[in-house]
This record gives sequence, structure tokens and C-alpha cells, in this order.
Amino acid sequence: MKEMIGKASAKVRNTVERGAVKKFAEAIGDVHPIYLDEEVGKQSRFGKNIAPPTFARVFDYGVIEGLNMPNKGLIHGEQIYHYERPLLVGEDVYCYAKVSDYYEKPGALGNMGFVVLENNGEDKDGKTIFTSKSIVILSEAYRKVQQV
Amino acid sequence: MTKIAELYVGDTLNEIQLDPVSRIDLIKYAGASGDFNPIHTIDEEAKKAGLPGIIAHGMWTMGNLAKLFTTYYEEGFIQDYSIRFRGMVFLNDVVTLKAELKERDENLLKFDVLAVNQEGKPVLKGNVVYRLF
Repeated sequence: MKEMIGKASAKVRNTVERGAVKKFAEAIGDVHPIYLDEEVGKQSRFGKNIAPPTFARVFDYGVIEGLNMPNKGLIHGEQIYHYERPLLVGEDVYCYAKVSDYYEKPGALGNMGFVVLENNGEDKDGKTIFTSKSIVILSEAYRKVQQV
Repeated sequence: MTKIAELYVGDTLNEIQLDPVSRIDLIKYAGASGDFNPIHTIDEEAKKAGLPGIIAHGMWTMGNLAKLFTTYYEEGFIQDYSIRFRGMVFLNDVVTLKAELKERDENLLKFDVLAVNQEGKPVLKGNVVYRLF
């Protein structure tokens, strides 16, 4: 896993889809008109509806070649978002993922691995809209099964 | 409603208590988020993973918590949102969401945020930096 540090995916174009934002806002019980009502969006300083801050987890961040980390058995330890501005409904966001760190530490689940995975989004000019980091914990059992 | 910009250090936002967590909540979140890890929706898979039953997606609770701030959208936005997942949320748990202003630095409002279950145990804990326009 250590050799994956610094490896990134190719950028993937995503669109902040109105229907996806609605479904997401409903799923987290945050059905505020700033997300859903076109008129409220138009009247706002953004001129558009926006998306909730954790909506970014919906995007496709591409595939990091060589990263073998099936979802099953992973533990999500920590999640960090940084936004330059809110996401706007209808805009395109260019997303990529990167392994920014990996370390091992003994703990409650044996010799655990910690993967720091970045998920970032830029506008069409390459300007950062948001960055995010997930700290994913691999238990000793997971590491044995996946051989990582 | 008080403006977020008018809060003093030590003030809290209005708490939100969620309805008891239901399976349909988690199925909806799986669909909306694309996170189909079966420990969140299928009992047998959760048990196989050594859990007593299905657990909520940590990101579901994190998503819910952000709504403490949504009504203030005309004043600013969540610039930084960091969370540590501290405890599991099970079916029928009742989660309460809280935020307290800890520090002001010009146009940045720094909050401690917290979600606790019905026993008062933290299930997630973290910070929000709210940037005023």
C-alpha cells in the first residue's frame, strides 16, 4: 500500500444534477429551498441552487490504478471537507482522487493500516472548488484477506 | 431567528433531534449517495461483518448534521467540515445534532459539532468553520 502514496486518478467530469441533489437532500432530511426551489436559487447571491456540503461524496472520482481496496470491511475513520465556495446545481465539476498518505499502527483491530484518500473537485478552469480527505482504516483481518 | 453572525462564543445553534433511524432511511441514503456497502442495509451482511445489526452510514449522520447550518445560507457557507466517526448508529437509535460556537476570527466562525445517541454517547464529533460573506 505504501507504494500507492502520491498516485492519483485521471480527472472525471461530473455534473451537479438537480435530481441527484434533490434525492440526496431528502436522504439526509435537509430539504431546504436553497437546494430545491429554483426561484429561491435565482434570488440567492449564487443565482442558482446549491448542493449540501456532503453531496460531494456522490461524484465519480475515477480509478486510481493499482489501488485494490474493496468497500467491504473498510472502516471510515475520519472525513474532512474544505470548500472555496458551495457547489452550484447544474455546474460541471472535474473530480479526481489521490492517495495522499498511508501508515500502519497497532490498535484494537490488530496491525491496522490507515489510508488517507483525497477526493478533490475543480471547475472547468482548473480552480479548486473543494478538497476532501477520508481516513480509511484497514483492520488486520481486512489486510490479510485483501493482501494489502 | 438569530443571525449566525450575531452569535457569541459559547452560544449554540438550535439542536435537532432526528426520528429513530429506520431501514428505509439507510436504503434511501445508499441510493442517493451510491454507497451500497451491505452492512448498512442487509442484516446478514452486517452479522457476517461481526456487527449486531445494520449500522447507519457515517456519512448519513455527517450529512444530517450539516443541516444545523443550512438556514443561514444567506450569511455564508460551510468552508471546513471535519468529522471523526466515534460510535456506530444502529436501527431505532435517536440521534441529536449539536453545534456550539467556540471561536470567532473575523469572518470565520469556528464551531464544535457533535451527534449523540439516546444514551448521550457521541457517534460523531468534529468542527465546522463557517465563512461569512
